[in-house]
Amino acid sequence: MSTATATSATRGAPSAPVPARTRKAPAPIPMSRIVGVELRKMFDTRSGFWLMIGMGVSALLATAAVVLWAPDSSITYDSFGAAVGIPMTLLLPVMAILSVTSEWSQRSGLTTFTLVPRRGRVILAKVIVSIGVGVVSILAALAIGALGNLVGSSLAGVDTVWDISLSQMSTLLLANALNLMVGFMLGVLLRNSPGAIVAYVVYNFVLPPLSMLLASSQDWWDRASRWLDFNQAQAYLYDGDLTAAQWAHLGVSATLWIVLPLAVGLVMLRRSEVK
Amino acid sequence: MITVDHLSKSYRGFTAVDDVSFTARPGRVTGFLGPNGAGKSTTMRVMVGLTPADSGHVEVLGRRYADLPNPGLEVGVLLDASAQHAGRTGREILTVAARTMGLPASRATEMLRRVSLSDSEADRRVRNYSLGMRQRLGIATALLGDPEVLILDEPANGLDPAGIRWMRDLLRDYADQGGTVLLSSHLLHEIEVIADDLVVIGNGRIVAQGTKQELLAAAGTVVASRDNGTLHAAFTDAGIAVTVSGSGALHVDAESGPVGELALAAGVPLTELRSADGAGLEEMFLRLTAESQRDTTTTSEGEAA
Repeated sequence: MSTATATSATRGAPSAPVPARTRKAPAPIPMSRIVGVELRKMFDTRSGFWLMIGMGVSALLATAAVVLWAPDSSITYDSFGAAVGIPMTLLLPVMAILSVTSEWSQRSGLTTFTLVPRRGRVILAKVIVSIGVGVVSILAALAIGALGNLVGSSLAGVDTVWDISLSQMSTLLLANALNLMVGFMLGVLLRNSPGAIVAYVVYNFVLPPLSMLLASSQDWWDRASRWLDFNQAQAYLYDGDLTAAQWAHLGVSATLWIVLPLAVGLVMLRRSEVK
Repeated sequence: MITVDHLSKSYRGFTAVDDVSFTARPGRVTGFLGPNGAGKSTTMRVMVGLTPADSGHVEVLGRRYADLPNPGLEVGVLLDASAQHAGRTGREILTVAARTMGLPASRATEMLRRVSLSDSEADRRVRNYSLGMRQRLGIATALLGDPEVLILDEPANGLDPAGIRWMRDLLRDYADQGGTVLLSSHLLHEIEVIADDLVVIGNGRIVAQGTKQELLAAAGTVVASRDNGTLHAAFTDAGIAVTVSGSGALHVDAESGPVGELALAAGVPLTELRSADGAGLEEMFLRLTAESQRDTTTTSEGEAA
């Protein structure tokens, strides 16, 4: 026999037309369900669990450090808020990075994107969950800080000072959300856990001093960096009460550092091969 | 129902899938057969939208896979049993999948029973699973949504003989109830016992496809007699290809009817006359996929592992 015989035998085989589908198509998966599943996936592994514990513990340690070592004049809510915020600038972006990259590093994406083939929906759900968890974590950290402020001031015998305004608190939340989104962007762009985490550390800890160094010697960068250096623009948010010009700097640099690379990353992610 | 239509996919200068077309029908088990690296997995990944195709398209249940409203309830997929978050327990992986599909968590427990994973095994992290346990978990994930179509890449990998038997019965049942089953393998024997239809792929191209009966019939006839020389000449005169097979019998490229008639006409009494079946199919498989075999094999078994 030859190849051709076997092939033509099938093609010519008498077969009644078969309906493609014998059951009714089910209802589409609602976005709320994907968000719920992604939230669960953020906590059901050891790394997710310990990341959450890590945030709580580091907020407690930061608060304790202020109580123990800060001079009495610095026992104010602002000091506690700043202290609990420091570990968050690293932990929240790492959480956001892992929520995306683990689908590739751990290869669970094979199942995830088979069950939800529109990858953009999964990524959107991850953004919603990451920001939600980020906001709750910051609020929890600020609550721990508030507790520290009460305890610290009574231990030091000074008046309890509440010097973080509501507007300051909201810009603080925004600053952390933007940080988290830088991590998320790197996760989407690189789709590799160690690579994205290293890139974030470089972005957050290596670039700012370099930029400052350059700005101190180069006039053109001193002027341009306001628009281009996202770290610098974010710093306004920690102080609160931004001017119109500062908002403009923030908007332009956020477009450059989050919106554009995230858009490129999403296009690549949706076209990429999940292996 | 799965329809693959002129599908091609290449990677930098290497064609993984080359103009592949076939149909997997409801109520039948379709075996997708080919040596390692022939393009089976790539074809299956394209089917479920994990790999973009260069050209051609695939329809599952009459739609593009990405357009299925809730794929888990319609198509059960097992591509790589090891592709799971190693830090999740088996039960958690099934629960996450069940929730995505909108099924109650009790469905996960049901499936664990169905694939014979015990409660203590289900609560272990997948990192500590054997390949066979991962495979069972993967099959459980595929069956979770009670889908109409099953797409399984090498599902028997890592299963023990009892497990292979269990899976075979399960897939048979599935097809008998009207489901469409497509399963791949590089082992002919494994697929031969379960498949109704066969699609043989080598080097990214389909080299043969048809029902198992057609392909078995095409595999020829084994015939033996006390006077093989005369018989050999008779077939050659009739223009039928003959090869001498190992055990002193002749392998004739024709069906048993005409072979018997020719032997009678030649006046040679036969001692054996049977369809070449499995052995013939294997020869055919090795010949058809010869170009893409890593090992040049002329004897029976190719890659047994």
